[in-house]
Amino acid sequence: MATANPIDYLPIIIQFIVAIGFVIFGMIGSHLLGPKKHSKVKDDSFECGIEAQGNARLPFNVKYFLTAILFVLFDVEVIFMYPWAVNFRDNLGNGTWFWEMILFVVFLMLGFLYIIKKGALDWD
Amino acid sequence: MDITILIYQAILVVFIFSVSLFVAMYSTYAERKVAAFMQDRIGPDRAGPFGILQPLADGVKMFMKEEFIPNPSDKFLFVVGPCVAMFTACISSAVIPWGDSLSINGHILSLQVADINIGILYVFGVVSMGVYGIMIGGWASNNKYSMIGAIRASSQLISYEISMGLALIPIVMMSGSISLKTIVEQQQGIHWNVFVQPLSFLIFLICAFAETNRTPFDLPECETELIGGFHTEYSSMKLGFYLFAEYINMFVSSAVMAALYFGGYNFPFIHSLGLSHNAVTLLGVGFFFAKIFAFIFFFMWVRWTIPRFRYDQLMKLGWKILIPLAILNILITGALMMIKAS
Repeated sequence: MATANPIDYLPIIIQFIVAIGFVIFGMIGSHLLGPKKHSKVKDDSFECGIEAQGNARLPFNVKYFLTAILFVLFDVEVIFMYPWAVNFRDNLGNGTWFWEMILFVVFLMLGFLYIIKKGALDWD
Repeated sequence: MDITILIYQAILVVFIFSVSLFVAMYSTYAERKVAAFMQDRIGPDRAGPFGILQPLADGVKMFMKEEFIPNPSDKFLFVVGPCVAMFTACISSAVIPWGDSLSINGHILSLQVADINIGILYVFGVVSMGVYGIMIGGWASNNKYSMIGAIRASSQLISYEISMGLALIPIVMMSGSISLKTIVEQQQGIHWNVFVQPLSFLIFLICAFAETNRTPFDLPECETELIGGFHTEYSSMKLGFYLFAEYINMFVSSAVMAALYFGGYNFPFIHSLGLSHNAVTLLGVGFFFAKIFAFIFFFMWVRWTIPRFRYDQLMKLGWKILIPLAILNILITGALMMIKAS
């Protein structure tokens, strides 16, 4: 496998600069070109054609929050699997290599079963 | 690295950037033509022959429209949202190998912006940053529809990211690398990954639909319930950036799928044609783009065929079906590889 070299990332920096340039150009360009007419009613947020009631930043369903927490948990597990997967082919002769992952997945699935049984993923 | 290579790479970046903008632009045209064809209509036909200049007209219109920032919104974040969405869409194409290499005057020029060894992880990282664009935009608008759209979008994007990451692990196990270039090189001729890992491809395809907010997963912006979802309050080029970012994402995810599962720039009988290296490379680029366009067409075909999921169905599919399937696929792949080796 190729060794990492910081200089490999230079083209990505160039792409970042081009992308930022394009975004700034688009924003400033459309800001300068478009007409600007303000009125009190027009500057209100659009809801149903009547006056907006209250603030939009209301408490929302806790399920969304639970999903976010579970995502953090599972995404970390996924990242743990990548180094294992990259080296898997070179360690086929090593018997414990596969069983260790089975053990890891079993623990992961136990947690997964627990959150399903708890109803954390039910949206009804 | 000397200065000519640097200049070449800068030119390549600008060229690929322009190509992806061009493809995204004409995807909007193609989408309307495909929709028209499927619904037995004509579609855009006024701007230029067959309406071919329609994307240009749309772009100019977006630019000239009035910029509108609602009073109750958080004005700074309101501008930052679409910028982040567009920026992440534009940088994700950096690691895709568009072709093999060209040799001109003894210089070997690679047709890939950056061959970094973390390859696919870079794509995942950038794609998951895209959720910030939507969340910031929706929250900053201070509009109930935008807020609901943004929460739905974030929840959907992060849920499908897990299955996407898991779906790819069998490919990584088989190729022993996460560099996109290495994975493509291993699929010489017709040894495409899709034939070995159809389940992995299917999961990845479904996740790609969800990650790009395309129908049947377009809940964040479903117009019948949420007006425009997270971009309800946006107008002018800010709205343009959101819509455009979606098409660029579609292009990039088509490219990633073509590279990972359909052999990238490889095509059958690649070495028995007796052509020079440069000709084969250019032909390969042509094949790669043909595969990408086929995927983009597939995205559109699905959009005009399948209705939208309900939110609980979406979550059930992502968490209770795709994740266990992907993990099962990893274990089966591992077991088969062990049996084959012993």
